[in-house]
Amino acid sequence: MRARVFVTLKPSVFDPQGKTIADALQSLGYGTVEDVRQGKYFELDLATKEADEARALAAEVADKVLANPVIESYRVEVE
Amino acid sequence: MKFGIVVFPGSNCDEDAFHAARDVFGQEAQYLWHKDTDLKDSDVVILPGGFAHGDYLRTGAMARFSPIMGAVRAFADRGGPVLGICNGFQILLEAGLLPGAMLRNRGLKYRCEHVHLRVEQVDTPFTAAAGVGQVLRIPIGHGEGNYFAPPDLMRQLDANRQVIFRYTDPDGQVDDAWNPNGSVGAIAGLCSETRNVVGMMPHPERACEALLGGLDGRVIFTSLMVAGLRFPDGFVQQPA
Repeated sequence: MRARVFVTLKPSVFDPQGKTIADALQSLGYGTVEDVRQGKYFELDLATKEADEARALAAEVADKVLANPVIESYRVEVE
Repeated sequence: MKFGIVVFPGSNCDEDAFHAARDVFGQEAQYLWHKDTDLKDSDVVILPGGFAHGDYLRTGAMARFSPIMGAVRAFADRGGPVLGICNGFQILLEAGLLPGAMLRNRGLKYRCEHVHLRVEQVDTPFTAAAGVGQVLRIPIGHGEGNYFAPPDLMRQLDANRQVIFRYTDPDGQVDDAWNPNGSVGAIAGLCSETRNVVGMMPHPERACEALLGGLDGRVIFTSLMVAGLRFPDGFVQQPA
């Protein structure tokens, strides 16, 4: 199965990269872009056919390695 | 005093720390490879600057899984002095030996310059020879030194007096214009609740010789010797 892990900064954490990208988009004329938050995206190919197992494994990896819980949160999708 | 300087793949300030310990201060120094599992009787452990394991995911994120970190944690738990400089500070945060996390610098630029630090606390092994309010001029070199702690942790850091250095102007006044990376509370260095684990973004080992532009980093090392006089049997508490 494939698991997708989306890691984003928590809403309370300032995102200097997202802010810079938002400023750049606005200066390019995309005035309706009010804010940008940048994150990380991971695709994990897992040697299992069990969705629950895949979801649990991806969450464990995200908790322990892919995300830093002090500043980031994550979301897991499996297919 | 025997310094143990941990070398991760990607460390690049290990030789600077070794040079300061041995050549400037005349102490014993040894390198500890990240795959080692014991500290070889080191009296103090330094996690040096660099880009441990490449810092590809987050700074310091992989280094905390290096085998040596188990021994570093046990040493810290017994009261041993541990100093994380720059990437070493980032590793201590990721390893949970110090609280909080690092973000990209506010301006997104890698900052490589001298900064001014105000010493806030002197009851740590790395600030014992300094004075409260003393301003040190020490270089930084980092892209991710924007220290972050959520509000409840900030209150805890204040209550426990864990902030030991803040970025200031040359007169020791906190001023946002002199904060190089956007750190919350202008925090440049922290200690653990037990005070023996210290992390700092500036590089004291690069400020120990006039040839390198200043001597203000020396106090971090001489503090160990001052603290050593107070603990003549060594910093590490023997197991009961």
